[in-house]
Amino acid sequence: MALSFPEEVLEHVFSFITSHTDRNTVSLVCKSWYEIERWCRRRVFIGNCYAVSPGIMIRRFPEVRCVELKGKPHFADFNLVPDGWGGYFYPWVCEMSRAYPWLEEIRLKRMVVSDEGLELVSKAFKNFKVLVLSSCEGFSTDGLAAIAANCRNLRELDLRESEVEDLSGHWLSHFPDSCTSLQSLNMSCLSSEVSFSALQRLIARSPNLKTLRLNRAVPLEKLSTLLHRAPQLVELGTGAYSAEARPDVCSNLAEAFSRCKELKGLSGFWDVVPFYLPAIYSVCSRLTSLNLSYATIQSPDVTKIVTQCPNLQSLSVLDYIEDTGLNALSLSCKDLRELRVFPSDPFVADANVSLTEQGLVAVSEGCYKLQSVLYFCRQMSNSALTTIAKNRPNLNCFRLCILEPRAPDYLTLEPLDNGFGAIVENCKQLQRLSLSGLLTDRVFEYIGKRAKKLEMLSIAFAGDSDLGLHHVLSGCDSLRKLEIRDCPFGDKALLANVSKLETMRSLWMSSCSVSLGACKRLSQKMPRLNVEVIDEQGDLDSRPDSSPVEKLYVYRTVAGPRLDMPSFIRNMAQNPTYMR
Amino acid sequence: MSFETSEITSELTTADDHGLNLNETELTLGLPGESRGRKLGKKRGLIELKSINDEKNQSDAAKASLDEEQLAGWPPVTLYRKKNFRFVKVAVDGAPYLRKINLESYGDYQQLQCVLFEIFAYFTIGNYTSDDLEFKNCYKPSFTTETFVPLMHDSFNNSIAQRIKYVSMYEDNDGDWMIVGDVPWMMFVQTCKRIRLMRRSEDINTARRTHSECSVSSC
Repeated sequence: MALSFPEEVLEHVFSFITSHTDRNTVSLVCKSWYEIERWCRRRVFIGNCYAVSPGIMIRRFPEVRCVELKGKPHFADFNLVPDGWGGYFYPWVCEMSRAYPWLEEIRLKRMVVSDEGLELVSKAFKNFKVLVLSSCEGFSTDGLAAIAANCRNLRELDLRESEVEDLSGHWLSHFPDSCTSLQSLNMSCLSSEVSFSALQRLIARSPNLKTLRLNRAVPLEKLSTLLHRAPQLVELGTGAYSAEARPDVCSNLAEAFSRCKELKGLSGFWDVVPFYLPAIYSVCSRLTSLNLSYATIQSPDVTKIVTQCPNLQSLSVLDYIEDTGLNALSLSCKDLRELRVFPSDPFVADANVSLTEQGLVAVSEGCYKLQSVLYFCRQMSNSALTTIAKNRPNLNCFRLCILEPRAPDYLTLEPLDNGFGAIVENCKQLQRLSLSGLLTDRVFEYIGKRAKKLEMLSIAFAGDSDLGLHHVLSGCDSLRKLEIRDCPFGDKALLANVSKLETMRSLWMSSCSVSLGACKRLSQKMPRLNVEVIDEQGDLDSRPDSSPVEKLYVYRTVAGPRLDMPSFIRNMAQNPTYMR
Repeated sequence: MSFETSEITSELTTADDHGLNLNETELTLGLPGESRGRKLGKKRGLIELKSINDEKNQSDAAKASLDEEQLAGWPPVTLYRKKNFRFVKVAVDGAPYLRKINLESYGDYQQLQCVLFEIFAYFTIGNYTSDDLEFKNCYKPSFTTETFVPLMHDSFNNSIAQRIKYVSMYEDNDGDWMIVGDVPWMMFVQTCKRIRLMRRSEDINTARRTHSECSVSSC
């Protein structure tokens, strides 16, 4: 059968289809579309680096320009994944250096990157433009020096929240004078001081610089100098926001800020001295994004800022904002889409700030466009959750963390099942949910029945029995990622829903009641899953099948068992006793 | 303002005693019915009693400070964010209550010394002269993180040492009591659990890391 369109036309049509899901769907239409699509695919996203191998990716997509990889499970952010787990970038960059000489962009999240890997990136890809290392580790400033020195057309270098071995600030001086292409630089995670003159010159010769996130070591007194060189900035992360209180320094800073007519996003603000806050007032009315989550300033100061930001869409803040501040936010910031409130003192049982569920209720009432919530607090009630749910049916991300595990409704002392039930019932587009507080199996029944669009679910210290897990696995049609810790979920639910796991990216269970034997049986039934048991106590081979596993990570893969597992991780398909 | 004070008492592990005198219970004050959520685990070395002041301070003193290592990975705050909240308690011998400071706010030992000095001066005003406040005497302008000169050790080598009454010590994450200033600043920030400004007469028995040959004279 002849094609209705020539290949070139189809390719041109496909070039307008950018979402990964849509490209995947296009490739399934027929064999010729599969072939055309794979040759013109330029961007690949791999949500679990062990789900596929570099070789498989390269074989299918020979002309890729942008690769995005994710490594460790999300709970690695909270120290639940032991060191040495894996997620190594080097095997990927080795093969890509041979197969993709024209690679332009690499985006990594929670991967282990080495200086050798960065050096290879800097030398193998002549047109390399974008490097984003999000929550990565394993490399030092030497690796950054290689990138700075060798990537002639570097546009973006973003190290957000990575753990970098900071040998010195000298790496920045490796950007050659001929490098003028920089558009985005995020070095906020680094501690060493860089040469200020090198930084200043780099900024001065980067006319397209739009995003600049400084590290803490850049002193406030010098910020105005940098701003004068880059009035075109759209996003700025300050360094430490403290200095001796000097009116002349403050007015210089205010003047420098006022020249930045394009500035829409602010972050940084470590060690804030309130004396200098008025310097940003002139830009507040244009701000769409504000991250004050490292600013240890009290409610009146925070409130004073946010009430001057009527165009704010995204706010991150510490609980110092208190209920009064959130109330003011709900009245001033009608365009707010995303709110994240972090705990100032997460390890103390009793609140030292007056932030309760009322703050979140107020924001849910006043901010009609609110879609995404991350909220740490110390008390919650079913009535508050129900009110929030009814106010904001357009929520797509709701992550609530009540600091005390298993905390009940503080008014009625009941579980919070009904409250979260209201959330999943009213917020029909909910894609991400994190639970906390006292919860029985009933909340999972509600979730399984109602949360049909839910893609990611995080559960901690909740549930009564396997029934809870069974509700989720059997009911949540769109579930991709499930992470569970310290719940009484065990073998029965897992083994009753084995096929479900192949429709998901991954499942994490730690400190639950899953037995070694069940893991083996799961692996046996589902050969295209990697069932990995993590147990740092050793001697996994001699444990009885009835013994509980410490941590379990199950994910679908077409690459088979991985070859880089440390001694404390076992793939159940390779279990010696099983293979008998 | 009248108040009852309880002495801040301590039992410290010595250098030779590898934590065998474990004091497994930490006594804190709690109001009836207050839930404790999670159990407190082993605490090596120190029993602390926070003092009772008036009613308000009674409830303040009842706050349980939860050991972050008891419940791994909870609350779910990223390490990157946790690193920015290195709040440690500062206890001054004889003071009626403790203070808390955020180590991440300071860039080096010099800045820490200034803050500790402020806290010390606040509590000892009128009782001690500036000669007893060793912090300023020991501050060395040339101090950098590379040289990590043990600030306190030198105090025992000069004549001023006789008058200095307070030593700043810290408990590290192994439960050992160390002199502030021994290790590089970043290592200190990461390993310091609490700080104590201790009266010199007691420090003969404290755990110290020192290479000095000089003997410490008792005050």
